[in-house]
Amino acid sequence: MRIELERRAAHSVVFSALSPFIALGLTLVAGIILFSALGLNPATALFTYFIEPLTEVWSLHELIIKATPLILIAVGLSVCFSSGNWNIGAEGQLVMGAIAGSILPILFPDQAGFWVLPLMLVMAMAGGAGWAAIPAYLKNRFGANEILTSLMLVYVAQLFLDWLVRGHWRNPAGYNFPESRTYTDGQILPEMFSSGPAHYGALLALIAVIIAWFMMGKTIKGFQVKVIGQAPRAGRFAGFSARKMTLAAFLISGALAGLAGISEVAGAIQQLRPVVSPGYGFAAIIVAFLGRLNPLGVMAAGLILALSYLGGEAAQISLGISDKVGRVFQGVLLFFVLASDTLIHYRIKFISSRKHA
Amino acid sequence: MLEVQAITKKFGDLVANDSVSLEVSKGEIHALLGENGAGKSTLVKMLYGSLQPDGGEILWHGKPIEIPSPSQARSTGIGMVFQHFSLFDSLSVAENIALSLGKENDIRDIGEKARQVSEEYGLPLQPDTIIGDMSVGERQRVEIVRCLLQDPELIILDEPTSVLTPQEADALFETLERLRSEGRSILYISHRLDEVQKMCDHATILRHGKVVGECTPADETAASLANLMVGADVGDVTRTGRGEVTGEALLELHNVNQEAASPFAMELTDINLSVRAGEVVGVAGVAGNGQSEFFDVLSGETTSSDNASVRYNGHECGSMGITARRRLGGAFVAEERLGHSAVPDLSLSENLILARHGSDSKSFLGMGPLGVIQNGVIKSVTKRICEEMDVRKSGEDPDASALSGGNLQKFIMGRELDRKPSILVVNQPTWGVDAGAAQKIRQAVIDLARAGSAVVVISQDLDEIMEISDRIAVMSDGHLSKPEDAESITREEIGLKMGGLHDG
Amino acid sequence: MEMTEAILLTIFTAATPLMIAALGELVTERSGVLNLGVEGMMIMGAVAGFASAQITGDPYLGALGGIVAGMLFSLLFAFLTINLVANQVATGLALTILGLGLSGLIGEAYVGQPGVKMLPIVIPGLSQLPLVGKLLFSQDAIFYFSIALLIAINWFLFKTRAGLTLRSVGDNHTSAHSLGIDVIKIRYLAVMFGGACSGLAGAHLALVYVPQWVEGMTAGRGWIALALVVFASWRPWRILMGAYLFGAVTIAQLHIQAIDINSLSFLPSGLFYLTGLIKSIPSQFLSALPYVATIVVLVIISKNRRLTLINTPASLGKGFVPDR
Repeated sequence: MRIELERRAAHSVVFSALSPFIALGLTLVAGIILFSALGLNPATALFTYFIEPLTEVWSLHELIIKATPLILIAVGLSVCFSSGNWNIGAEGQLVMGAIAGSILPILFPDQAGFWVLPLMLVMAMAGGAGWAAIPAYLKNRFGANEILTSLMLVYVAQLFLDWLVRGHWRNPAGYNFPESRTYTDGQILPEMFSSGPAHYGALLALIAVIIAWFMMGKTIKGFQVKVIGQAPRAGRFAGFSARKMTLAAFLISGALAGLAGISEVAGAIQQLRPVVSPGYGFAAIIVAFLGRLNPLGVMAAGLILALSYLGGEAAQISLGISDKVGRVFQGVLLFFVLASDTLIHYRIKFISSRKHA
Repeated sequence: MLEVQAITKKFGDLVANDSVSLEVSKGEIHALLGENGAGKSTLVKMLYGSLQPDGGEILWHGKPIEIPSPSQARSTGIGMVFQHFSLFDSLSVAENIALSLGKENDIRDIGEKARQVSEEYGLPLQPDTIIGDMSVGERQRVEIVRCLLQDPELIILDEPTSVLTPQEADALFETLERLRSEGRSILYISHRLDEVQKMCDHATILRHGKVVGECTPADETAASLANLMVGADVGDVTRTGRGEVTGEALLELHNVNQEAASPFAMELTDINLSVRAGEVVGVAGVAGNGQSEFFDVLSGETTSSDNASVRYNGHECGSMGITARRRLGGAFVAEERLGHSAVPDLSLSENLILARHGSDSKSFLGMGPLGVIQNGVIKSVTKRICEEMDVRKSGEDPDASALSGGNLQKFIMGRELDRKPSILVVNQPTWGVDAGAAQKIRQAVIDLARAGSAVVVISQDLDEIMEISDRIAVMSDGHLSKPEDAESITREEIGLKMGGLHDG
Repeated sequence: MEMTEAILLTIFTAATPLMIAALGELVTERSGVLNLGVEGMMIMGAVAGFASAQITGDPYLGALGGIVAGMLFSLLFAFLTINLVANQVATGLALTILGLGLSGLIGEAYVGQPGVKMLPIVIPGLSQLPLVGKLLFSQDAIFYFSIALLIAINWFLFKTRAGLTLRSVGDNHTSAHSLGIDVIKIRYLAVMFGGACSGLAGAHLALVYVPQWVEGMTAGRGWIALALVVFASWRPWRILMGAYLFGAVTIAQLHIQAIDINSLSFLPSGLFYLTGLIKSIPSQFLSALPYVATIVVLVIISKNRRLTLINTPASLGKGFVPDR
């Protein structure tokens, strides 16, 4: 048997909407197989993974906390990827955002006032955007592949953070632990509800989603992104500059990744540590694709990925399975998303081998 | 020798070949005539094994055969020279030839063999040259030599002269005569009637996937062949007032020089041109002589450091981009429809925004700096264009890729004409477009000029250039010849210029 | 002298996996497929190589395990990008993400276990040669293999009909198809070859370089291998140069970090001062050197656009759907 593709006359609207769900369904099937292989009852395991975290208030808070950076980053990446620019260094931009946003609380801990937190957010966005500007500049100026440069800068950013928190930025009263001082009230994103720790970072994510949705769907700027991403030559014909777009796309996604960084550090962790993200910058790539590069889709996808983190922790505690299973799920999900997207442009035919000599 | 019996091929709902039959005997040149989209290419792909028929039979020397692959076709004795060359740009001549020959040939000897054959048939070639560095005519020689090295009994040529100068075409005809005299058969695919009448012994005519006639071309008139091919009288475009253009110059180029942007691009040298209100200037030339670079310079997709080198309506705009030039009254239709003039997976109304977001920003965009797209306005303009140009489509606002080539080109032309631009630059207006649509597009171009606009038409189709131009210039090796009156210039003169004999 | 030799030896060891992975990717890319999943295939090769060596006790079976794992893993990529024409960049990323996760899960059982080390094979006679003897002829089997691989790939690509066919597919898949070349089959084979090489490169890390399993132990080497292919502008011999350059950078920074400044007091004072200065660079900055070097090298190579454009396989990264 072999597979043949037949190009559809026009892209299928039905499958555009359906493909993420097909991918989720296939991932669940893969989950059943995986859990069975690990000798677990798949029903119990899937319940622990995907339902249980939704049944308690504190875990809903955790869900929001984990979804916040994923959505923030993925919204930026969805703009970036739509424009045909491959920023896969969001993890590094997150780190640089966290560092830049922490300059105030760490170096000027005594500064107080309503302006401190907003300024921290702005500095974080500048930090992330600045880091992202490097691959954009290298691509525009020298034609250097942005995939490789943006990724290499992740390692550099992580090492830089490591150096800071083990060196100059180490908490003087911290018993030599590689951690910065902890932030105080005016430097911390406040909690949104009295029922738990979910902080205002989530609101920032929501605002980012709405702005991006409006820009991408309704305005000429969003139209530019789409055209340059789908057909660069046609973009030139329309008078859109691909170079400016590359820079803008990296700046936007870098700024949002930086915002995610400070929202983690000033919201959830409340200090700098050698590691401030469990790979949100990479998981957000999956979120962006699962959300079909649509900001509203990204929001839903961010919640689903956040659930896989939570479920991973829950399953580790109650079933004793490795938290790495969650990572595997995420990878498998991305595969199925990409495979399902084929259905949007092609009909898939399975043809039984009819071989002539 | 070759007999095709009731062969059928379907692509989805489309019947590309509907019970087509054809016979080619030994030592004849047999023409396969038909318009673009008549099913000629589908038929020859089945003969060459690239496609498999859904029904019918192919007989070779009277015996039914199957041709599952091109290599099978080659070992049977069928060779093919493709229309869009199937050569590899980064490989050498010898490597290209080696790829199509069987494994029994040692790849180290092929260069020498190629040299022998090419000398024998008067088609000089250097085996070590990289294809990417060769001209279109030279590439065709490689294709032919590659085909001859397989010693085929039947050679299929798909629109071989569409990329050649008239002089190169004449040389090709000599080679074909020689092959016929050796007893080889040739299946010659074309839509050019004069060639077919000049050279071919028999002709089979295809229309909409069906055989609609068979004849001896020498016994027919060009008009009767055309009627068979097209099905009805298409009629000529109507032109009034040719040669009486006295309007002011709307589009001017002064000493435009442009370096090649990539290793595969052409350099433009000292281009001067002035197009007046009311006239169509045709730019002829063989593909790859700088036409697309020329188009980019005119449209502003490539900008120059010398602002004075280009003038629109008297305004200097050499360093301005395409949007600014559109605001000055320019309108552009690029050669490539999907991916250049239009984005395949965007709807027609979105493709309207593509070219007019700048020139029509007042009505198309709202809310000031936010630039919110006004869908209502855009949809109604799209509808107006489709009605005006008779664009046939499925659904209200389909993707550009869902339209046939002709209908999409009509939409793209309509998108620009709807603005009543004072300057129109079109590259290959009717490439791959059916005769009906082509006629409509050419007429629209002439009408626009007569209404007082300046029009530049770049085309490789010399017939088209002769038909619609008031003055004709020739692009060759990045140079543009001085435009001459279309009434007085002859095809031969144009041909010589296409071959590189530019003035100055 | 002893120390210089030891340093050179470690450079060879650091360069070998880079070279093998980059050579594999070069063949894949020459067929027109851009597989960004090298990191993922490498880490799968590392964990599979380590595990199969642990289970069998034989490092050579370990290497074989790495090859098989890399190849199987690359099939996932091949199916998506070749059969389903999925976006090659995104699918390559997916392969890397999945590989890092899956290897972590599989490797959990092996964390902290001492590994089975692949020992050097000393070639009698030749290894006694002055200077180069120990370096070139007293190495592990994978090193010898990497050199053989380089020669074989160079010969294959430019001297054989199969290599010519592979290059033609990378140059223009539509023309290749119209000549009757089976584009899909050739691309499958090229992707699988790349996977096998990445797998072997990963196994080398877990069997020779640091004979143990550490999660994420490839540490970006797959990405550096990808950069090497660009650096080499798709020419095998230049991969040799690039891999050893990067091996040298990696090892140099490690040695600077490890060196005891007091043991160098015999140096002339100027040199001693300079060494002290370099030593005062924080270790994190030294560790960042290979990554920064990758960026610098990419910039330098890409600056020459003409060179890059001419050498890049023309259909690289583009999906192929034959018309039927």
